Parts: sequence; C-alpha cells; structure tokens
Amino acid sequence: MSAIKATIFSPELAARFDKLVTLYPVRRSALIPMLLYAQDEVGYISEAVIQEVATRIGIFDLDVRNVLSYYSLLRTKPVGKYHVQVCTNICCMLRGGQELFEHCKQKLGVENKEATRDGLFSVEEVECIGACSWAPAIQINYDFHENLTTAAMDNVLEQYRSKG
Amino acid sequence: MPNISHHPDEVSVVSYRFGKGAANIDKYLELGGYESLKKCLGLEPDAIVAEMKASGLRGRGGAGFPTGMKWSFVPKQSAKPKYILVNGDESEPGTCKDRLIFEHDPHAVIEGVIIAGLAVGAQMGFIYLRGEYRYLLTIMERAIADAYAKGFLGKNICGSGKDFEVISHTGAGAYEVGEESALMESLEGKRGIPRIRPPFPAVVGLYGGPTVINNAETIATVPHVFRIGGAEYAKLGTERNGGTRLFCLSGHVKNPGVYELPMGYNLKKMVYEVGGGIANGRKLKAVVPGGSSTPVLLPEEIDIGMDFDQVGKAGSMLGSGGVVVIDDQTCMVNFALRTMKFYQHESCGWCIPCREGTDWLKKTLTRFHAGGGVEKDIDNIRYLSENMLGRTFCPLGDAAAMPTIAFVKKFRHEFEAHLDGKPCPYAHAEDLALA
Repeated sequence: MSAIKATIFSPELAARFDKLVTLYPVRRSALIPMLLYAQDEVGYISEAVIQEVATRIGIFDLDVRNVLSYYSLLRTKPVGKYHVQVCTNICCMLRGGQELFEHCKQKLGVENKEATRDGLFSVEEVECIGACSWAPAIQINYDFHENLTTAAMDNVLEQYRSKG
Repeated sequence: MPNISHHPDEVSVVSYRFGKGAANIDKYLELGGYESLKKCLGLEPDAIVAEMKASGLRGRGGAGFPTGMKWSFVPKQSAKPKYILVNGDESEPGTCKDRLIFEHDPHAVIEGVIIAGLAVGAQMGFIYLRGEYRYLLTIMERAIADAYAKGFLGKNICGSGKDFEVISHTGAGAYEVGEESALMESLEGKRGIPRIRPPFPAVVGLYGGPTVINNAETIATVPHVFRIGGAEYAKLGTERNGGTRLFCLSGHVKNPGVYELPMGYNLKKMVYEVGGGIANGRKLKAVVPGGSSTPVLLPEEIDIGMDFDQVGKAGSMLGSGGVVVIDDQTCMVNFALRTMKFYQHESCGWCIPCREGTDWLKKTLTRFHAGGGVEKDIDNIRYLSENMLGRTFCPLGDAAAMPTIAFVKKFRHEFEAHLDGKPCPYAHAEDLALA
C-alpha cells in the first residue's frame, strides 16, 4: 500500500518512492532520482507526474517544474520507444560523431528531437556521455553503443527495430 | 561495455582489480578488498589523514587539491552531522575514467568513502552518479547492498562499534553539477547552481554540515593508498604529485583508451607510444591535456611530464586526465566552436559573465566558422573570454574562457584563414573522419 492512495505509478515504483523519501536527511533529496525513475516508467514527466511527485515530497508543483527544467535528461514530452542520443562533443566529433548524427537523422527521416511516425525511434544530439576513449558513441535509452561507424550504427538500429 | 586497454608502461594501482570481476563482493574480498578499511578502523583519525598526506594524492576531478589536506579542514567538533560526498558526475568532455571504476571496482569506492568517513568523523556518505550512467548505478546499488549484508556498512561495522551509511544517488544530466557546490545543491533536490564561498564545504556543506567532496577516482584510490602505504604510493609519482592516475586518451590516436600511468609520465610518449601515434598517417596538430576546459598545447609543447605542476608550468592544466589528441586535418575554429557550444549549453545561467559570455562566444564562433567572420571578431573572441575569467561564481566561466583564449592565441592563423567569406579550409577533411 503506497503512501499516496491514488498513485499513478506501478505498485513497485510507488513502493520504491515510499522508501526513497525516507532515506535522506531531507525528503527533497529524493526529487531528482524520483523524476528520472518516474520518467523511465511513464515515458516523460507528465502533469500527473509533477503533481504526485510534489505531493510525495511535500513541495509546490512549481518547485518541481523549476528543478526539472534544469536537467537535460528530464523531458516534458514523449520521445520514441528507443531514444537515440548521439554525442557530437569534441572527442566524438574528432572520430565522426557529427557525421553519425547526420546519418542517423537521414536514416530515420527525422530532425533533432523528433520521433519517427511509428513512435519507435527518436533522435537527439547530446553533449558528452562519457565514452570519449571509445568514440564515436551513442546511447539508446540508457545503453551505450561505442566505437561506431555509419555501418555499425545501421546494424544497431536494425537490432532495435527487430526487437520492435 | 568499454574495453580495458593495456600498455607495458602502465602501473596498476587504482585499476588493479579491473577486469577481475571485483564488482562481486566475494571476488573483491579475495583480492584484498576491505582490508584497508579494517586497517583504518584500528587507526586514529589523525593517523588516517597523515597517511593520506604522505601519499601525495591530489584530487583527480581536476583542481588537484591535496586530498589529505582537504580532509584535515573538516572541523573535529560539529553540531551538525558531517558527510562524505563522492563526485561521480563525470561530465568533462575527454573524461571517461570513472565509468571503469564504477563498473569494475565499485567496492573500492565504498571502501574509500568509509575510510574518508573515519578520517573526518562522518557517518554518512553519498555516491552521486551522473544520470546517463544508469547501468553503473545498478552495479553500485548491488555493491552497497552486498556491503551492508557483509557488515561493512550499517551499524557496528566489522564489530568496531562504529556506524556508517552509504547511499547511491543519480543525477539527471547536467555538467555544472560536477562543480562541488552545485553538486550539493543537486543532491538537496534543487537546480545545480553554485553556492558562494566561503563558507567552504568542509565547514558548511551538504544540509549545512561539514562535507568532504572527492572525485570518484580520488576516493577509489584511498583503499589502495592503505594497501601499499602512503609513502610507497607517493614514490610512484613525482614530487608533490603522488601516485598514478587514469589517463583517458581520445581523439586521433591509434589506440585510444584509459591507461593508468604514473603522475609525471611524459605527454609526448603518451601520445606516440601509449596511444600508438596519430592514426591514418596524419600529423599531430594539438593536444588538449586535461579535458575540454584546459588550454590546448602545440606539438612542440608536449615534451612535458603529466603532473599538476609541470602542465601548469606549460600554461595549461592536468585537469581531469582527459587527453584529447587532434590531427592536422582538424579545423581548430570548428573545435573551438564545438567546445563553446558545450559550455553555452551547460552554463547554469546563474551569473551573467558566464551566461552571456558563452552565448556571445558561441554565436560569434558559429558565424565565424560559417564564413561570416570579420577581422575584429578574432580579438573580440579573446576579449570576451578574458572578461569572463575569474568573474564567475564557479569555474565554469573559466572553463569556457581558458581554452578559447588559447585557441585564438595559438591558432590565430586558422581564424584568419576563415576571413572574407572563405569556406572552412578543412571542410573536405571532415568527410574523411569516419573512414
């Protein structure tokens, strides 16, 4: 039984959140992980997520909005099922990250931060993801794919497409 | 999963357990894990700090502050609880070392946190990982749970009568949060905006309590210092620069990878021998020695030892250990632009010189690289950068300004080659990058 009666989250996540707010010296410390985990389940930070997270922590929804607008992983709109994040920062750029990004957009027929019509893929140009020695690299959702070429990129996309 | 690189010149200290399955606690124990903790449980706090001072270990996050000294600044008596905060928000372009630590040796981080806690009298530690490192958070959570189960965390650790709690924590995407005061704000559930100092975190930090903030590599090194002894660890490096560190070689070298090398290792050798030299038969144009915020070095400037003091003397910084190697087919104006685009994106907007400066610089460099540059832009880029230096709350402003000043100073001729609507002289080369 969750601390919130009409929770929008799955029972597992609601239970996790019940515990998370008690771990830290202050409840608010749970805010950022909570938003990220909520996004993982819901797909994005919806109005309902903002309201419930605010209630759980005991802060205004405005406080939640203020924080979520700062962090680049948090989004208020849905993305594709597989969100392809291509790093074009310096180390990836030196090894073809920009070309990889262009290739990816062309291959999927979308622009930056757009999703394909079937909702399977979306593409985003991102800053350094911490794969500098294995560049160029991308993250699909949280999974790293490294030392890529355009051909290897096509293979990776195909693997996700066949997973559906 | 990234490969682990090897080179005969490597000295394996912090990477000692990489590739040996030490994320498993039994394996970690088999490889001498938690022995340093047991040793430290029998020592007085001052003796722990003294050993750290003897090791000559300096912060691996970039600033290079002596770790033992940092710990000694924490007041002995405090009305508020003290905390240890591990900075695993690894986000400096060029830096990918902490990933290997969290993946291959998460218990070394936990053990380091507990030892730091014993040294300063803290009973709680936080391990903050950047949001992108989700698979590492899973590894870390598992390791923490195992450490509790085996009695290395929780009440009465190892029967010592002492208690210690550790929490792993995820960020959600923000370079600025790697700055220590912004990191504390983020952990308190706020926007990652820096705090004014003084007071310093050692006195007033997380939740208002005295706080030690160390980089993940620094903390992971702590148990090894006690494993081999502070003085022995110091001897591996150079004067005032103890030990080894993880260097992340990236860019146009034949063998990019993360290599553990002694402090003071020659940079030229690192590029040509460890890195295998420049790929595709090209020539070296420049090296960024310590992550994107450090001023670029020319080929004739790299015959130096990679420690904080020698790189400083050469006009740059050792930074976070990200060595970015750039070949002769790279447009340095484009490189400067991509660097600035990053800082403009990551500026938290709290102080005006950084927020406005990075934006103007990005716009000017974008126009310049596209062929719309005029002569006075070149000095203007430098002037803007110099006016950001030292005028911001946190070092992000400096991190954007310092490399830009160096790009203009050392590659003015490349900026000039873009003038009068001329196309980028290296435009053809970028197509070759994926070859």
